[in-house]
Amino acid sequence: MTLWQGTIIILGMFAVTFGVRFVLFARADKVVMPTFIEKALKFVPVAVLTAIITPMILMPTQQIDISLSNPWLLGALAAFVVGIWRQQQLLTILVGVLVFFVAKYGFSL
Amino acid sequence: MNTMQDMRRGAVASIPMIIGGIPFGLLFGSLASSYGLSPWFAVAMSAFVFAGSAQFVALGLIALHAPIWVIVSTTFIVNLRHLLYAADLVKFVKHLPMSMRIVMGFGLTDETYAAVRPMYEVGSANEKNGHKVYLGSFLSFYVMWNVTTVLGVLSGELIPGMSEWGLEFAMVATFIGIITPYLKHKAFWLCLLSAGVSSIILSDLPNNLGLLVSAVIGVAMGFVSDSSNKTISKSEASMQEVSK
Repeated sequence: MTLWQGTIIILGMFAVTFGVRFVLFARADKVVMPTFIEKALKFVPVAVLTAIITPMILMPTQQIDISLSNPWLLGALAAFVVGIWRQQQLLTILVGVLVFFVAKYGFSL
Repeated sequence: MNTMQDMRRGAVASIPMIIGGIPFGLLFGSLASSYGLSPWFAVAMSAFVFAGSAQFVALGLIALHAPIWVIVSTTFIVNLRHLLYAADLVKFVKHLPMSMRIVMGFGLTDETYAAVRPMYEVGSANEKNGHKVYLGSFLSFYVMWNVTTVLGVLSGELIPGMSEWGLEFAMVATFIGIITPYLKHKAFWLCLLSAGVSSIILSDLPNNLGLLVSAVIGVAMGFVSDSSNKTISKSEASMQEVSK
């Protein structure tokens, strides 16, 4: 790869990445979101975050693994239960991470 | 509260995801140098593009000698989900000056959206201080990503197998901590289940498309269930009116 090609690749990637992130912000003061869009957008955090982590949890090795030997699943279940029960983010993270690392490393020691 | 304190709150909320991101920055830098790319190329990409998953995809395509237009258009598709975040955040940035919106747009990643968006929900970020909280989150990720990229480039492979330690689980746990407080209505459960099931079914789609499509399915299911719920409760209410 020449310097020229490398520069074009980075400029191109910058342009499309920044473009996607900024295009709505650019006109944020003029854009009026229709009510139904606003109502739909409140589901974005749950939908996107779930779609990111579910494959990490259920297919840590690219294959579906629903078993007690899957530390990702155990840690996620623990975090989920604590999250629903106590609704404290820090506690949810700590318990989830603890269960994950005990499941991953504790049993193999 | 002053600016530094607001920025610190944004950074603190980001800590678990920063820890989860460290191995990936190192891995990105070391992969780039193992492909024989110039150190400056990897460093410049992290500095100017600042998009974790898209950068890995681009490295893979470069290694395959893919044409430049393929690399750029794939980057576009991989990052399309950020449009959803931006749409959701428009209401919080519309009063801010253009220069601030440019910086915030540049720093709009999964992690900063995940860290800051719930803070608006519970009121610890608002119209006055939200952008400072956001900047604190963005800058801490930006520093982490660029420092780890440089370290990765310099070291080749800093600590062998670090990417297999499972540090990304910190991100999974954080996301669960963000999701669970929403699950008070049936519509959000339906959103979670449909997005989760779709993301598994569609996990073979290339370029993060499975993620994007699953997110849209989750949003749509939540929205539909929400509105049909309201229609039902309205019709129930009118039934009661009639029976009176």
